[in-house]
Amino acid sequence: MTPTALAESVFLPRPVEPAGETPWLVERRRRAFARFEELGFPTPHDESWRYTGIQAITGTPWTRTRGGFELAGPAPEGVRVHPLREALAQARTFFDRIVPEASAFSALNAALLDDAMVVEILPGAVVAEPVELVFRAGASAAGPVLYSPRLLVVAGERSEAAIVQTFEGGGGATFTNAVTEIDVAAGAVIEHTLLQRESREACHVHGLAAKQARGSRFTSVNVALGSALARTDLDVVLADEGAECALYGLFIGGGTQHLDVHTTIDHARPHCTSRELYKGILDGAARGVFHGKILVRPDAQKTDAVQTNKNLLLSRHALVNSTPALEILADDVKCRHGSTTGQLDAGALFYLRSRGIGEEAARSILTWAFAADVAERIRIPRVRAEVERELGLVLSGSPAEVTA
Amino acid sequence: MTQPLLVIENLYASVGGNEILRGVDLTVRAGEIHAIMGPNGSGKSTLAHVLAGRPGYSVTGGTVRYKGRDLLAMAPEERAREGVFLAFQYPVEIPGVSNVYFLKAAVNAVRKHRGLPEYDAIEFLSLVKQKAKLVEIDEDLIKRPVNEGFSGGEKKRNEIFQMALLDPSLAILDETDSGLDIDALRVVAGGVNELRSPERSMLVVTHYQRLLNSIVPDFLHVLVEGRIVLSGGKELALELEERGYAWLEKEPPVAAAAR
Repeated sequence: MTPTALAESVFLPRPVEPAGETPWLVERRRRAFARFEELGFPTPHDESWRYTGIQAITGTPWTRTRGGFELAGPAPEGVRVHPLREALAQARTFFDRIVPEASAFSALNAALLDDAMVVEILPGAVVAEPVELVFRAGASAAGPVLYSPRLLVVAGERSEAAIVQTFEGGGGATFTNAVTEIDVAAGAVIEHTLLQRESREACHVHGLAAKQARGSRFTSVNVALGSALARTDLDVVLADEGAECALYGLFIGGGTQHLDVHTTIDHARPHCTSRELYKGILDGAARGVFHGKILVRPDAQKTDAVQTNKNLLLSRHALVNSTPALEILADDVKCRHGSTTGQLDAGALFYLRSRGIGEEAARSILTWAFAADVAERIRIPRVRAEVERELGLVLSGSPAEVTA
Repeated sequence: MTQPLLVIENLYASVGGNEILRGVDLTVRAGEIHAIMGPNGSGKSTLAHVLAGRPGYSVTGGTVRYKGRDLLAMAPEERAREGVFLAFQYPVEIPGVSNVYFLKAAVNAVRKHRGLPEYDAIEFLSLVKQKAKLVEIDEDLIKRPVNEGFSGGEKKRNEIFQMALLDPSLAILDETDSGLDIDALRVVAGGVNELRSPERSMLVVTHYQRLLNSIVPDFLHVLVEGRIVLSGGKELALELEERGYAWLEKEPPVAAAAR
């Protein structure tokens, strides 16, 4: 417990008990708030918050406000969407069970949430259209506002679907404290694309967790562009044999943005595979944090895990902290990891300029080239366009595109 | 007589604090092919890179006039748009960027500068097909990321292909023959010869006489210790092949030039 962290905080959350709440949810809220009080806000002494100070969060008197995810367009066939209150008993089985229990922010989300959205992918359903969910953090004239949006995805056995989750913001003092839980049943194939593009004034904390059953596949594409302070925790548990996950991430920061991604892949059972590729691009005085943990439990023989993090610093004042963390408790495994941080290659820059391409365009092309192997994993055109725009491509078309 | 395309006068340049060029004088007129030979470390590649504007190469004295303008005052991209082209000794690999995209960006940047309309994808591809045939480059290479995984010969061929697309007034070939076997050399030299024209001058930098059998120069200059110590016609190459460079290094430059 870190009582000082709460005692010094300007932001003092109060428990809420909305009227008409189902008894199990009332109970969950109480428990979550107690858990939050027990943990307190993290401090720099907490290992996982060493590089990310949260004064912008604890030093602001946030007022809780309503707001959650909205479905962009009608639910495709094979998909059911309910508010948590109306959700079936099934939601109860998963809600608050998938996110790691130790997180103060996810406990706070459960204690303060207005409602959650439950997306159910029916067993066996092969959903052709992506399920798009949008959250918008709007500012309030009354003062700084706190949102606690929450999403629960329950993907049935052998279902296949693509989920796109976007965080938008309109500027002003907003704090989004989000939680997303994804339960991937046996044999299901789920692709999750996350785009965080809140305003450059926003605070954003997101706990995203997936739990995978036997033979399931989970692909995560995580693009972080927005917010003054953003922290995403992505936790994947490979809970049964033959499960595979692939995590791709791109964080692009400028100005004084602070973008922090912590990922954990928990190889809990044998014969599971994980692939992870994260890239950071930092300009101005931006700071990036990548922490990638791979845990291979004693039982998880024949684990195959590869993790790569590469970062590009476009300015002398930009900074990145990259810490891979492998904890391997089984002996018959294949695990590799690598991390590099560098600048644009001066030789390549001159090569492009010597062909008549202007310096700025040349830098854009090389920055795009750096991001290309992650960017090409983005299958949602809207999200890809956003990334291209962010990379400042002044030329038409994508450099990776083969038009011949 | 018309104004020369390129006039280098008393050019001094250093790299990383080391003076490499020590008073180079050279005049190139339209349509002429000049070969520059010399021993390793004589400053041949430095001269090529200084003319192309590579950052980190600082000019400490002298002037370079190109089409009557101060070349040294121009950014690398401006030189390229004005028609200076450097074929690299070590072309750079750029994973993630397709050759086609890169070339279209380059060609359109040059065309825009020259007041010509930019090519759309279809026009550009027909140009690509036409030029690819000219320099015997496999169209598959054009679709791949820039130089990534290319063999030495493929990289050099790609350089000549770029030259064909960019249509320069002054092409500088920096040791284009290095690392090529005889077949690859034949193809690359064939491409260069296809691009010879009365409007295009070339500066062919090489260590070996071999290349000059295929790309026959109008003039040949020998660079030793940062200075041109001897100039002559193409027959000079044979003498260098026979005698090497040592006799030029030992004699004082003035005496050598007076031969």
